[in-house]
Amino acid sequence: MKKLLFALMTTAAAVGFAATAEAQEKLKACWVYVGPIGDFGYSYQHDQGRLEVEKELGDKVETAYLENVAEGPDAERAFERFAREGCKIIFGTSFGFMDAELKVAGKFPDVKFEHATGFKTAENMGIYNARFYEGRYVMGQIAAKMSKKGVAGYIVSFPIPEVVMGINAFMLGAQSVNPDFKLKIVWVNSWFDPGKEADAAKALFDQGADIITQHTDSTAALQVAEERGLLGFGQSSDMIKFAPKAQLTSNTDNWGPYYVERVKAVLDGTWKSDDVWLGIKDKAVLLSPFTNMPDDVKAMAEAAEKKIADGWNPFTGPIAKQDGSEFLKDGEVADDKTLLGMNFYIKGIDDKLPQ
Amino acid sequence: MRLELVKRPGRSKLFSALSPFIAFALTLIAGAIMFSLLGKSPLAALHVYFIEPVTQLWQIHELAIKAAPLILIAVGLAVCYRANVWNIGAEGQFVIGAILGSVLPVVFPDTQGAWVLPLMLVMGMIGGAAYAAVPAFLKARFNTNEILTSLMLVYVAQLFLDWLVRGPWRDPKGFNFPQTVQFSPSATLAELLPMQGRANLGIVFALVAAVLVWVLISKTLKGFEVRVMGSSPRAGHFAGFRLNRTVFFAFLLSGALAGLAGICEVSGAIGQLQPSISPGYGFTAIVVAFLGRLNPLGIVAAGLVLALTYLGGESVQTALGVSDKVARVFQGMLLFFVLGCDTLINYHIRVVASPGGDGAEAS
Repeated sequence: MKKLLFALMTTAAAVGFAATAEAQEKLKACWVYVGPIGDFGYSYQHDQGRLEVEKELGDKVETAYLENVAEGPDAERAFERFAREGCKIIFGTSFGFMDAELKVAGKFPDVKFEHATGFKTAENMGIYNARFYEGRYVMGQIAAKMSKKGVAGYIVSFPIPEVVMGINAFMLGAQSVNPDFKLKIVWVNSWFDPGKEADAAKALFDQGADIITQHTDSTAALQVAEERGLLGFGQSSDMIKFAPKAQLTSNTDNWGPYYVERVKAVLDGTWKSDDVWLGIKDKAVLLSPFTNMPDDVKAMAEAAEKKIADGWNPFTGPIAKQDGSEFLKDGEVADDKTLLGMNFYIKGIDDKLPQ
Repeated sequence: MRLELVKRPGRSKLFSALSPFIAFALTLIAGAIMFSLLGKSPLAALHVYFIEPVTQLWQIHELAIKAAPLILIAVGLAVCYRANVWNIGAEGQFVIGAILGSVLPVVFPDTQGAWVLPLMLVMGMIGGAAYAAVPAFLKARFNTNEILTSLMLVYVAQLFLDWLVRGPWRDPKGFNFPQTVQFSPSATLAELLPMQGRANLGIVFALVAAVLVWVLISKTLKGFEVRVMGSSPRAGHFAGFRLNRTVFFAFLLSGALAGLAGICEVSGAIGQLQPSISPGYGFTAIVVAFLGRLNPLGIVAAGLVLALTYLGGESVQTALGVSDKVARVFQGMLLFFVLGCDTLINYHIRVVASPGGDGAEAS
């Protein structure tokens, strides 16, 4: 029995070694996701990017991922594991991974690290993010055109700059069509909680909103809109399958091109730590097909999308803050640093920002 | 026809001891079947799952990090369950311990010195014990069901932490993100062998606690009291033991250990407070306590095995590309087989042909 066991174990070990030896000829690129890849939202989109790398670079690369990794010690172990397993470039896709990733990056100077949505960098750790607010501006315009009552509901997660920026951009878009547009906001304090999101959507509709958008990851709010015969927007990925009659468009993350470019850079030996903020222009933010709207609204949305792609920033003055004080002078454009630290509403939003 | 469980007259000592091992072997067999159904070579998969994680030094450190809170909490819970006191709220005591222990590094981040860390640990234990005292008091005074009160207090603790890190304790330089400032080096639990891996003092505390509680339960009068009050409170009463004292003792001890686990996790592994600081250690520890058969030394082994299932789950994810749910399935199977084996050692199954029509039809 003992001998048999030993034989089995050595066979298994040999199989394992053979696999690693073969792998060393390819470049290994690895991803750490905060959610399950089956969330059909944020983590799903990152994984689509990984698959694009596999498709584009074929047998030059090998990829691996860990899903559902909790922020904190588990994240640190995930990065350490990948660094030790021979990954040459590792993408961390959640803000909460930042400190853990930075710590591991310090220990493995030869491995390249990339972190999404954070702000800390190192010699071997770059950061990348997408200008989701650009898409939200277009969505705001559509909402103002399509809403009969002039009231939209907005479900939000946490009062961080990324989210506040999105609310403001949506409102700027809506105000450009209807200066008296109203926004009702509900904080659910979670990125992914279908139950809470659905309850919030119902409450917002009951309070008079007839169109809904959200900065949370599930399809729940949109499904409520579908049930009630009202309208809404998707988030992170195209959710048309869940709401064929309700989805107007979806603010979709498209990480593939960036991932391919960065993995290629490692292959060519040209990788450098950088800090990029990609938008509609770079095709990192994609608005999924405009549906359930008349042609004139569609034409307006396409025009706005093109204007932004050509370099126009929705945060161009004159814009006043909520209390009426000046934020941007006529023609002045907000710089990235201001946007990335945004912690105030613009004028016309009737809600108190949680501080 | 129906099945009935009938108590066996005596329980076999040999099989009682063997039961966890039989359960583990059955888990391996079921796991091998599962991997082959997934289209993976079962032997290679099991090797990656259970052996590879302990062949590398850094992973042994990771094993210690994962096992330390489980062991610390489970050892305390074992005392409770031996005393027939059902503390289900270790997760909440873990959180409150972490919060109270973090007062120094968060509210007074400039305090430095060798005394900071020991004080934090003590405050963590006080926090956990104080929080456990609530269900203990309610049970002793009003005879409230402690399963309900201790469980519900978990949610109170989690929401309190959530409020703290989003509100008063939020890092002013953290871009509104819900987290506190990073702990200073003097508030950080030291790593044991920084050159090899990042295991910290937490595992040492866990092992010491396990040995101390083992001595307490098996060699002291207090341990005798716990065991007697757990199995026969009436007999204990005649011996002069008082039930309420046992209740308080068990709750305070397990609360203090859970609180210590909490502050160790925050100060050693995370380095700051966040909205969520535990992937359910307080609940997983209940499983660990029973896998270890409520014996502190058994719990050390059980904690290591359960920690291994987490690490192994990640190994197979990266090496074979299977879902992260595999680890959960393994944990579920392990518990299922342990409970199954235990039941079949104490009981045997009897097939009873029911009187009446349907019995006749069935046969």
